[in-house]
Amino acid sequence: MWNYEKRLQFPVNIKEPNAKLAQAIISQFGGPDGELAASMRYLSQRYSVPYREVAGLLTDIGTEELAHLEMVGTIVHQLTRNLSMEEIEKSGFANYYVDHTVGVWPQAAGGIPFNACEFQVKGDPITDLTEDMAADGAAL
Amino acid sequence: MGGQEKLLRDIGIVDFVLVELTEYLDTHPFDRNAMEYFNHYARIKHQMSREFAQKYFPLTKEMAESDKEWRWGMAPLPWEGACG
Repeated sequence: MWNYEKRLQFPVNIKEPNAKLAQAIISQFGGPDGELAASMRYLSQRYSVPYREVAGLLTDIGTEELAHLEMVGTIVHQLTRNLSMEEIEKSGFANYYVDHTVGVWPQAAGGIPFNACEFQVKGDPITDLTEDMAADGAAL
Repeated sequence: MGGQEKLLRDIGIVDFVLVELTEYLDTHPFDRNAMEYFNHYARIKHQMSREFAQKYFPLTKEMAESDKEWRWGMAPLPWEGACG
């Protein structure tokens, strides 16, 4: 089970909306190397790890990734609030807006929906850890 | 920076230390120096969270004891930001 703290891991206070930037940053929310994929990767892989301390570590890392997901979602939200119709059209945000308005939906920058195929769970700790390193290396 | 913003920032700093120490200790469970650090900062985090709940709003349900209004539900949400 999980507990929630009503604060961000690091504060986010964006003053000026920028829909164009939001469309790039949303990939870190629901894209192939985003925080949602990272969290689900660790929280799914942990069950089959034969070492308790490593399975516990994957749980704590997967939890921290959820805190990252919340910061990135907040950035997208604050970049897209109070947008005018003119800004929506001018910034190329109109296609996203048609389906989601200013809701934050997990997708890649190119519009591809979040998908569990972004990560792998093989039940073998060396294989899974190798995949973790590739994924977290891509996100750096 | 107001008192609320500063205390929240300090809680964030202390908790970041705790998150990183936790992940280190998960695979180094007999490192007594690291455990001393952990215990020290965990105590500080608890005191700061209690102070924040008394002055502003509860950050966790453990700090949400209420009588007149449901303080947990009335609290601002973290994605609102200070400039909302």
